[in-house]
Amino acid sequence: MRLVKNRGRVMFVVTMLVCGLATALVAAPPEKIDFQRDVRSILAEKCIGCHGPNHPEAGVRLVDRASILANGESGQPIVVAGQPDHSELIRRVTSTDPELRMPPGEKPPLTPDQIAILKKWIESGADWSAHWSFVPIPRPPVPDEDAAFADWPRTNLDRFVLRELVARKWTPSPEADRFTLLKRLSYDLIGLPPTIAEADEFVKDTSLDAYEKVVQRRLDSPHFGERWGRHWLDLAHYADSDGYEKDRARADAYLFRDWVIDAINRDLPFDQFTIEQLAGDLLPEATTSQRIATAFLRQTLTNEEGGVDQEEYRVAACFDRTETVGTVWLGLTIGCARCHGHKYDPLPHQDYYKLFAFFNNAEEENDRWPVGAEALAGLDRDRQPLVKAILARKQALAAAEAAWETAERQKLLDTTDTKLSEESLNIVEVTSTALPEEKFEFDAKAIRAPLTPRERDTYTIVGTTTGTITGLKLHALPDDRAPQKGTGLASSGNFVISRITLTLEQDGQPTRDIPLHRATADYSQTGFAPTQVLPDAPDSRKGWAVGGKVGEKHSLVLRTKESVDIPDGAKLRLVIDQQYGSHHVLASFQIAVLRGNARGLGFSDPTLITALDTYPEKRVANIKRQLFDYYVEQVVRDPELAQLDASLKQVDDQHKARLTMVRTISQPLLPRMTRVFHRGEFLSPREEVHASAPQTLTKLIPRGDVPDRLDLARWLVAPENPLTARVAVNHTWQRLFGHGLVRTPADFGVRGERPTHPELLDWLADHFRTDWKWSRKELIRQIVLSAAYRQASIHRPEYEAQDPTNQSLFRQNRFRVEAEIVRDLNLAASGLLSPKIGGPSVFPAMPEELAKLSYANNFTWKNSTGEDRYRRGMYTFFKRTIPHPSLMTFDAPDANVACVERTVSNTPLQSLTLLNNESHLEAAQHMARRALSPPATPDDERLVLALRWCITRSPSAAEVAVLKQSLDSGRDYYRDHEADAKQFGGESAVPDHSFADVAAWTATMRIILNLDEFLTRE
Amino acid sequence: MPDSANILNALHAAQTRRRFLHSAGYGIGLAALSQLMGNAKAAETSADAVILQSGKPAHVPSKAKQCIFIFLEGAPSQLDMFDPKPKLNELNGQPLPESLTKEVRFAFIKKESAVLMGSKRVFTKHGESGMVFSDYLPHLATCADDMLMVRSMHTDQFNHHPAQLSLQCGRPFFNLPTAGAWLTYGLGSESQDLPGYVVLSTGRGTSGGASLWQSGFLPSTYAGVLLRSQGEPVLNLANPPGLPPSLQRSGLDALRSLNQSRLETVADPEIASRIASYELAFRMQSAAPELTDLSGETQATLEAYGVNRKDPEIKASRGGGPGQYPAFSTSCLLARRLIERGVRFVQINHASWDHHSNLDNELQHNCGMADQPVAALIHDLKQRGLLDSTLIVWAGEFGRTPLGENRMGTGTVTGRDHHPSAFSIWMAGGGVKAGLTYGATDEIGWSITENPVHINDFHATMLQLFGIDHLRLTHRHQGLDARLTGVAGHVIPEWIA
Repeated sequence: MRLVKNRGRVMFVVTMLVCGLATALVAAPPEKIDFQRDVRSILAEKCIGCHGPNHPEAGVRLVDRASILANGESGQPIVVAGQPDHSELIRRVTSTDPELRMPPGEKPPLTPDQIAILKKWIESGADWSAHWSFVPIPRPPVPDEDAAFADWPRTNLDRFVLRELVARKWTPSPEADRFTLLKRLSYDLIGLPPTIAEADEFVKDTSLDAYEKVVQRRLDSPHFGERWGRHWLDLAHYADSDGYEKDRARADAYLFRDWVIDAINRDLPFDQFTIEQLAGDLLPEATTSQRIATAFLRQTLTNEEGGVDQEEYRVAACFDRTETVGTVWLGLTIGCARCHGHKYDPLPHQDYYKLFAFFNNAEEENDRWPVGAEALAGLDRDRQPLVKAILARKQALAAAEAAWETAERQKLLDTTDTKLSEESLNIVEVTSTALPEEKFEFDAKAIRAPLTPRERDTYTIVGTTTGTITGLKLHALPDDRAPQKGTGLASSGNFVISRITLTLEQDGQPTRDIPLHRATADYSQTGFAPTQVLPDAPDSRKGWAVGGKVGEKHSLVLRTKESVDIPDGAKLRLVIDQQYGSHHVLASFQIAVLRGNARGLGFSDPTLITALDTYPEKRVANIKRQLFDYYVEQVVRDPELAQLDASLKQVDDQHKARLTMVRTISQPLLPRMTRVFHRGEFLSPREEVHASAPQTLTKLIPRGDVPDRLDLARWLVAPENPLTARVAVNHTWQRLFGHGLVRTPADFGVRGERPTHPELLDWLADHFRTDWKWSRKELIRQIVLSAAYRQASIHRPEYEAQDPTNQSLFRQNRFRVEAEIVRDLNLAASGLLSPKIGGPSVFPAMPEELAKLSYANNFTWKNSTGEDRYRRGMYTFFKRTIPHPSLMTFDAPDANVACVERTVSNTPLQSLTLLNNESHLEAAQHMARRALSPPATPDDERLVLALRWCITRSPSAAEVAVLKQSLDSGRDYYRDHEADAKQFGGESAVPDHSFADVAAWTATMRIILNLDEFLTRE
Repeated sequence: MPDSANILNALHAAQTRRRFLHSAGYGIGLAALSQLMGNAKAAETSADAVILQSGKPAHVPSKAKQCIFIFLEGAPSQLDMFDPKPKLNELNGQPLPESLTKEVRFAFIKKESAVLMGSKRVFTKHGESGMVFSDYLPHLATCADDMLMVRSMHTDQFNHHPAQLSLQCGRPFFNLPTAGAWLTYGLGSESQDLPGYVVLSTGRGTSGGASLWQSGFLPSTYAGVLLRSQGEPVLNLANPPGLPPSLQRSGLDALRSLNQSRLETVADPEIASRIASYELAFRMQSAAPELTDLSGETQATLEAYGVNRKDPEIKASRGGGPGQYPAFSTSCLLARRLIERGVRFVQINHASWDHHSNLDNELQHNCGMADQPVAALIHDLKQRGLLDSTLIVWAGEFGRTPLGENRMGTGTVTGRDHHPSAFSIWMAGGGVKAGLTYGATDEIGWSITENPVHINDFHATMLQLFGIDHLRLTHRHQGLDARLTGVAGHVIPEWIA
């Protein structure tokens, strides 16, 4: 039975294919040649791979009218307008000589039709027009009414659709029934199923605006922002972790996700939506919310693998930003121009870097911002002027700071002393607080403490040295006298050093403290890090210890904050506090002073030295910040900035602001020069370029001398920009029809597909940016109100063969819902769904072994409990290297690059997930209880209810009968298997129903939750 | 090409492709369907992919039908396994002339004070071919005459994850299909009851995670399916507890009947695919446990692979905890069972081989783990007549430096750093030239002196072994006909028997 059906389908597919191709291949050349439609596609497909805008073969470029009328290297004119026979182009494509024929080699030649089209085009004058998506968006006239279908169009939009159908002598599909319409609207606009009450009300509502009212309700729903926010997050490639090897969690990531939901719910116009995400920080009165919006640009990956060149990944993030903007707003494959001029589109190599320059001059900012409701209240008002003033002050200091850096770096380069050397301290005296009467043995190699038992102790070591020191080193030495032959006197052989302080003494009097920092050790016991010996460590009893390796020599290094010159006759007094208890005191040890690494600078902090050591152009944001902060706090000690910082802190304290570290984007204090990278390699910089828009598009006019991100964002949404509105409208259309009007939504370039309805796309784009004022909700409303949208999605065999992917829109489309919505529908139908919107990401159940696969087990997936167990799919924590399998099985994007169009696969792994996954079973169990909750109801009625939670419409008697039969087989089995019943149907009892009954209902609900109709937007 | 030939080709392609998709048991997905029928362009592209396999314009004759890709994550040291350097031992402790290191990047090595580190391994020749192996690999050495050793691999990438992406996908970017995804896309799978591309993972987990078996811009149908080492072999494979097989079957019958009735109403072929997917899922429920049930294997086989071995007492820590030896052995045995069941591409991942320190012990541990079962796999496939049609690849993402790693903050030098400019991989079976040692490096293993092979060349040749022209296995993505080898790659004819 199954085999026969499948064979039938094979034939069906093949038949469609033959017809489809046959139509495509044997059609005569059209009456009138349309360059865009007929000619450009041939050139794009067959010629410009080699004869494109950049580095063409044989000097032949086929990119604009001037280039085709020119002579190639052969000296022959490529095209002579009006004379195909004198045109080299025709001679070459028709040649039978394999040496001359184009395309050359093994590439298939042009078809006779294609040749006929080219001939006819040249004959009629070889007209050329710019690529459709690069020309300004016109306002196409609305097609005239068609008398035969006068009743069909509901909006002007429909007239465009109808014109194409009529041209094919086809008819549109009838309107879908109201159940389907409601389910469609609910899936499309909020991603949740409608309730039965709503469905029945809608079906009964005879008012003329019944449909409009539902649309409005859906647009007003707070779930609208979730549904359409998730679409946007695909483009932003949002995730909750860094990516690459370590793939650390980003605890603040959800703030951007919530910003998107909120912005869409309040219908922030798309132009403003764009500006805030690309340049919110540059707006004159930037709010915290607008700064958080810039986290759009922080969805880039971060590589914290050991040994990476930070500059390489800073550049990689800027590449990503450049290409994401290219994809999301311009619909261009700009990435192709990263390594060389674009092969097909007029995007030279330099243009890529001109766009890149905007992001090369954007700094990653990890600053603390108020989040939550406070940000919207008075706090923001009080805070922002100070934030702005601080930035302005920093900018004022930036040039001087840069000069200081240069000077310090020069000192560093001029000094050859780079090695850190150590030298034993000349010990004069060693004393102990616990054993004031006992003597310590010491020589140049070791200090040996007495073995007398004591809980705690403090050693004081006085010694001498000369010259300049930059640090201190303590060697803990294994001691045969100690327990376990260890380094300490605890029974384990361990010790704990809880504090170390260093003082300079002259004439027996302390003259000054020598502050220590940068504590490091060759080894430390977990929880007993060397940094805990520093004075600012929180717990004064804990400290550095070496448990696990007590029998080996260990060293602790402490650095002085500045180089210290030891005056003649001065002494160093070192106090080693050991307050842990239980005899955790040192047995044998040695003290040395460290020299070097100061290199003539006013400070010895190795971090700062490393920072200065880094080539200025390679300093990433945090290195620059270290230098800047040091300069401001230690070198110039700028009072104005200190005052501003204090005022900001005061404001935050007053408002009890909850500050959270948030990844945002800000402007660097000093501009960074941008160079073209040869072949995209960051180590091969070539000529300098300046930020500007790609030459082939409209001109970008900056506010000041140097264009910045705000100028770029405004240019993207300027009325003259031919791409942004078209691309955005296409994205929206795609969500409502399953395909865009341009079927290659990521490629509006010459190799992309032409729109199926070019004038409709322009009409929508033009209205979107003008009449509808960039309102996303208005655009969606206009589309869903159309008759085209409301068509039934039932396939029409009479047309499918000629238009198998429904390019002409003779019906609506059916498509499986996205990964997140699969989860949402299940939870909603079962009654488990938490309606909570926003907040930190959650952790739905995931098998332990999977979480473990991530690098070095640096992350634990702790299954959420309570309400968070039942949150919508979009709130699932997205870890880039181990994304949740239920999402990935249903084609969720990997969040590494902008995803403009998800694939829609149909695999057995999906079936297994829906059938057997724990979350889905839990939904079935809960849905069974929901179905059993009305008292004394016949099975059939309960089944109808349950079905309608999922498919909205009223099921047929036959459908109910199938389920009834399944229910009865379940009852038969579970009646005799109570243990199985409890396991499968759940342990919680349902009044008036046996466990067997609940299990049978669970099994039946599980079938309903797997229905194709439930998971398909029809 | 005349039109009729075009149509015939496309038709043939459709049929073949349909057969592949169908024999893969995957219902023809919407994505694949639109690739086929969307328009002439798309049809031409995917048609190409299939025509290659059906041999319709005849391509090279090929032997390889299936592949086992053993991926040693972290990059094993070629200098201590496959590429002996007596001169390096002589120069042990000497610095390198600055001219050599000037332009080179290191992850951790400090150039100023780095010195060469010899190998403590003893290398000997094996088999009639005289192929060379170190004393850490006594079992693999017995397969010398079945193997093709390549000592002249190089890659552009220098950090782990990007280099791993390059090795699997041809380029260091995300959203690209892996070689396994490409092969499954091009050839389909012959398994009725199992996915076409299966991944086995042992060790502590690869740093690249799922991106190393992704389908990228190809439909997710072609992504690798991770066969899990613990619990059920495929995620969500078992019926929920308390649901007997009889109810699973009758439930699926009910589901099919309801889906069928919807199909009749709306006539969307995608519903038929959905029905087929559920049926394959059901078959997988019995096929996958059968696959992992080793009770039918003879004691001799289990012993040959070392399935019940114990981990040795070696001071090594990077392998991923106890139980690595039996786990890796089991993976190798499962690989053979997957090949027998028609799975197209089996990928065995093991992490980690990133031996920046304690190299001698760590490598001894990992070699001991891999040597015996991989050799057993080769012998086993050969004995069963499957080696000719199964290509086995052994590779890490790059190699390791002849310089010892003097990382800042560590006193002793006991390991090697990342070395992308010269490393070794080997292959066996699938029609490769057995017994050949290809390419060479200089006296200390720093640079390639003979027959350099880029990752793209390796991929091009790998596809060729399957009868696929790497220039023609393409998929339209972002306006380009994207392929595994990017814009590069040359087939190396010397590798093909």
